[in-house]
Order: sequence, then structure tokens, then C-alpha cells
Amino acid sequence: MKKILAFILLAATVAALCLSFASCGASDKYKDIEKIDTPYKGSTLYVYNWGENIANGEDGSMDLVKVFEHIYGINVVYSTYASNEEMYTKISSGTVSYDLIIPSDYMIARLIEENLVQKINYQNIPNYKNILDNYRVGQYFDMGGANGAAEYSVPYTVGMVGIVYNTKNVSEEDVEDQSWGLMWNSKYSGKILNFNNSRDAFGVAMFYKGLDVNSTDEAVWNQAYEALAQQKPLLKGWVMDEIFDEMEGGNAYVGAYYAGDCLNMLDVNEDLDFYYPVEGTNLFIDAMCIPKSAKNVGAAELFINFLLEEEYAVENSLYICYASPNSAVINSEDYKEELGEDSYSILYDVPEAYLNEDGTINTKVAQPYYNLDTATRDLLASLWDRVK
Amino acid sequence: MKTVGKIYSIFIYLCLYAPIVIMVLYSFNAVRSTSALSFDYASSKYEFGHWYAEAFQNEYALNALRNSLILALLSAIAATLLGTLAAYGLHHLKMRRIRSAITTVTNIPMMNPDIVTGISMMLLFATVFAIIRIGETGFATLLIAHITFNLPYVILSIMPRLRQMDKNLPEAALDLGCTPVKSFFLVQLPFLFPAILSGFIMAFTLSLDDYVISLFLSGPKFETLPVFIFGLARKSVPPTIYALSTLFLIMVLGLLVFSNIMQARMEKKNNIN
Repeated sequence: MKKILAFILLAATVAALCLSFASCGASDKYKDIEKIDTPYKGSTLYVYNWGENIANGEDGSMDLVKVFEHIYGINVVYSTYASNEEMYTKISSGTVSYDLIIPSDYMIARLIEENLVQKINYQNIPNYKNILDNYRVGQYFDMGGANGAAEYSVPYTVGMVGIVYNTKNVSEEDVEDQSWGLMWNSKYSGKILNFNNSRDAFGVAMFYKGLDVNSTDEAVWNQAYEALAQQKPLLKGWVMDEIFDEMEGGNAYVGAYYAGDCLNMLDVNEDLDFYYPVEGTNLFIDAMCIPKSAKNVGAAELFINFLLEEEYAVENSLYICYASPNSAVINSEDYKEELGEDSYSILYDVPEAYLNEDGTINTKVAQPYYNLDTATRDLLASLWDRVK
Repeated sequence: MKTVGKIYSIFIYLCLYAPIVIMVLYSFNAVRSTSALSFDYASSKYEFGHWYAEAFQNEYALNALRNSLILALLSAIAATLLGTLAAYGLHHLKMRRIRSAITTVTNIPMMNPDIVTGISMMLLFATVFAIIRIGETGFATLLIAHITFNLPYVILSIMPRLRQMDKNLPEAALDLGCTPVKSFFLVQLPFLFPAILSGFIMAFTLSLDDYVISLFLSGPKFETLPVFIFGLARKSVPPTIYALSTLFLIMVLGLLVFSNIMQARMEKKNNIN
């Protein structure tokens, strides 16, 4: 009998633990912010976002979900995913319904094609005007509207790939031309890092050789393969997250990675520097979309509008570290100051070669990766196997 | 020879536990990095235990932890109840062939790769939802799935104990005036209890552990801790994950120690008897 009693006691302890967790955590930090009444008060909004992709109160940031809940009295249920594909599996299975998702460009193209997202009524999102023109019009993944205007998405972050290098080990004349060639410089043999995913690794080679990264021509991909094969003996390795350790610790001298993440490395190791190669690079966009199955479209629109507002968008951009497509953020003095001159120039000062005459980014040079057709995808997979 | 054996065991234990120890160390890191480990809190912008404080301020993490615990507890209780009944029934089946056939079938959820179980269950629920035109994956679907994959482990842990039991034991109880029900609760259940307990703890930890199946069956309203943690690891892994994982580890470790102590005690008692 004693044992059974002890057992019940254990169960009770676990249950008590469960309940005690429920009560802590809530804070009234934001109670001074003015509330706004809307018809959606009291409703629930389901948001599905990348992990670590919104300011959440950590590192002195503002907890944007909490702030939104406070202002509008809307209950936000927030969950995260680690990859576009994971999100796609969920959305397409039909077993869940979310009101707002934030996929990357190629995935948005696919979601639109498969009729899984709905058109957004931009009239309900007045802050949409803050988004830079060139991100509202002519984006390959969503340009079905008049004059190539977007219909399904609101850009959230912009990322570009560049080269991070260690100024202690890499001599100045080798970075003078700001070229992808640094990744092929035999002087730094055994100290160079390339991406450990086929598309990004081939991208580096294709930009270096001036090839079309979205080509369907086998010969073009073979040329890129040759370049990678040439580079292989010089590499320390193909890496993803490991690049943080390698570059921060000074074990590697040169690596290609996403600009936003490179800021974190530069923060840790002061000897590191960064540039966008002049030949062109990959540009990728994450944008907010409303799934077809959404049940609370009005609240989703409110949330999008909220995230585009200067104050909150600045908070968010400072936390996420990726470049913002939001003019209110880019022109904000607070943002510049908080982020720091150096970081700001890394994120936004792109080479002349990337720009159109009107100062917007030329997506022929800073190019998105399109979704490849099956044949090209297979080719890429087999070439990648061979090169590795 | 003895020293070789010693060195060998030390080496094996090192391989087994070094990663865990390192993770625990990193959960107390004074810098936010995966390359540098420092405990120099004086010159750091973080205070000691910062990542734990941050984890405990993260409402989503706590919510996921609570969900995991509730789910583990309920699914383990349900699986233990069902599993005990199933094992008891199977043990008393007269026809051997049918018994082995049923045992094989109940083992399938255990042998099946998690990803197959996860996807097939998601498909099942998707079909059901499509037919009844309402429904969403979440707590209920997770609970059903976790009970399903916990069940064979509970049965497997109880069956050998049932075989160990002296057949005359329940009969003696009946002779001495017990009703069959009384004989079950007063004589057989206490005998089976260590096995039931270890089955329960096994089910609890397995449910706490599961990522793959939960990934497919969790919904916006109900997400478990492993699913939450994996979602965080998009860019670099934030140290809060180490803190959360360490807490998770301590919980599972605590349960293991508890069950071992219980078992040791019971064995001791049985030996005295």
C-alpha cells in the first residue's frame, strides 16, 4: 500500500509542477501602452513563424506578441517551425489552421500555386505603405497583381549572402576587389568555408563564374560543378551552423554566409569583417502570408499592420538582425544608433553593382533562387554528391 | 587485464556522458556563443544563471514544458491502465497461437519507425477531420498517439513478471476466501506492481522524449517541449535551449533514480519475505 501511496504522491508532485508553471511568466511590463478597441477584441490569432524570428523579450528586446495582445486584447497562440518544408507539411495536411505564416520566397510561390494562401486586402493594412516599392512590386514569387504588384504577401525580412573574413589573416590586397575570388584564393588553402547545402554552395560558384543561378541548362550547372571541384582542395569544410564556431574562434579565415548571421559573428570576434561580393549574390525574402484556412483574417491583418509600425518594426529588426524591407525602419535614427554604424552599413550598404539607377536593389544581380524543376533538382543533387 | 578493462569502461562512459556534461556546462556560459566557454561573469553582460532566468521568463517555453508534462503523465497513466489489462488478458489466453499473434500485433507500434507512425497517424486524423468537417490536431491527437506508442512498452514490461508469478498464488487467495476481484487487487496487483511502475516510468519518459511523432500531430494550440526546442534552432542554437535541455535531463534523471530506488527496495523486501 505504501508503494502505491508513494506513486500517487509522485504523480501529484508532477501535476503540481505542471500547474505552478502555468501561473508564472506573465508580466505587466507593457500596461502603460494605450489600448485600441477593435471588433476582434477577445478573439484568438494563430501565428506560425520561424523559431527566433520575432522580438520576444530576450536580450532586452520588447516582447512584441505580448504588446500586441495588450493593445488589441487579442489572444495570440504562437508556434514555431525550423524549416519551410516543415511548415508546408503542416499547412498542406489540412489538420491545422493558422491565421498567419511567414515562409520564404520560393515557398510562397509554391503555396500560391497550390492555392494554400489567400489574397491580402492591403486596404486593411495602412502601414503597408512603409514597405519599399521594390519589395512590393515585381517580386518573382508574388507578382500577379497589376504592374507586377504583390497580392499574397507582405515582406518581413530580407537576407543576402556575403563573405565574412578575418582581417588578421587575410591581407588587404586580397579583399580589395571585393570578389567571390577570395573563396578560391590558394593562399588561404585549408581555411575556407563553403555552405553545406547544395543550392547555396553552387550559388557561390555560379555568382563567382557569372552563371545564371536559376538556369535549367545542364552545361551551366556542370560549369559550376567544375568550379566547386577546383575549390574543394582549398576548403576547410562544408558547414552550416558550425561556421559560427570556426569564424569566431579564428580557426577559419574566409567563409560565405548570410549577412544577418555574420553580424552575430562580428559581435563576438572583432577581427572579423564582411562584404557583399561585387559579382552578385543571393537575396532571399521572408514574407507574411495568410493561409486559405485562416479563421481570423481580420486579426491577422491587424497583426501585420502592427509589425510594420515604426516603433515595433525597429524593435523587431534589432532582434532578428536581418535587413528590413521597411522604409520606416531603414530611415529610423534610433535603429541606426542601436544597431551601430558598422552593422548598419553591412546590412544596407550594398555594392554599386547591386543597384538600379533609382537606388533600389537590382534583383538581376542580387538574385533570389527560384524553385527549380524536378530535372534540374535531380541534376543538382547528383552533382552535389559528386563534388562532396 | 584489469587496468585495460578499467580504461575501457572509463572511455565508454566518457563517450556516453561527455556530450551531456558539455551541454550542462554551456548552459552556464557567460557568453552567448557555441565556440567560447567562459565563466567570467564579472566582465560579462550576463549574470550567473542568465540562460535559466531567460528560459523561465519565456512563457512559450514554459507552456511547452507544461504541455509535455501533462501529456506524458496522462498518456503514461492511460497506457499503464490499458497495458496492465492487456498483459493480464494475454497471459490468461489459453490458445498459444492467438496469444503470440496478438503479441506481435501489439508490438507493431514499437517496431515501426517513428516517422511512419507519425505520418500515418496524421493522415488518419486528416481523413477523419475531412469526413466530420471539423477538428484540428492538438492535445487529443497527441494523447491518442502517445498512448499508442507507449502501450507495447508497458505490456512488454509486465508480461515477464506475470510469467514469474506462481500460478498457485491467485488460487491460494481464492481458497482462503477471496473473490476473484479481491484476489486480483490484494494478491496479484501488489506482486505485479514493480513491473507496472517501471512500465509507467518507461512510458512517461518515452512520451516526454518523443519528437518525430509529436511533430506531425501537434497543433497550434498544443505544442510539446521537444517540438518547441527544435523550432528554436533555426539559426544558431540559443543557450536557453541548453538550459531547457538541462532541466529536461534532470527531470528524466530524477525519474530514473526514483524508479531504481523503488525497485531496489521492493526486491529487498521480496528477498526478506
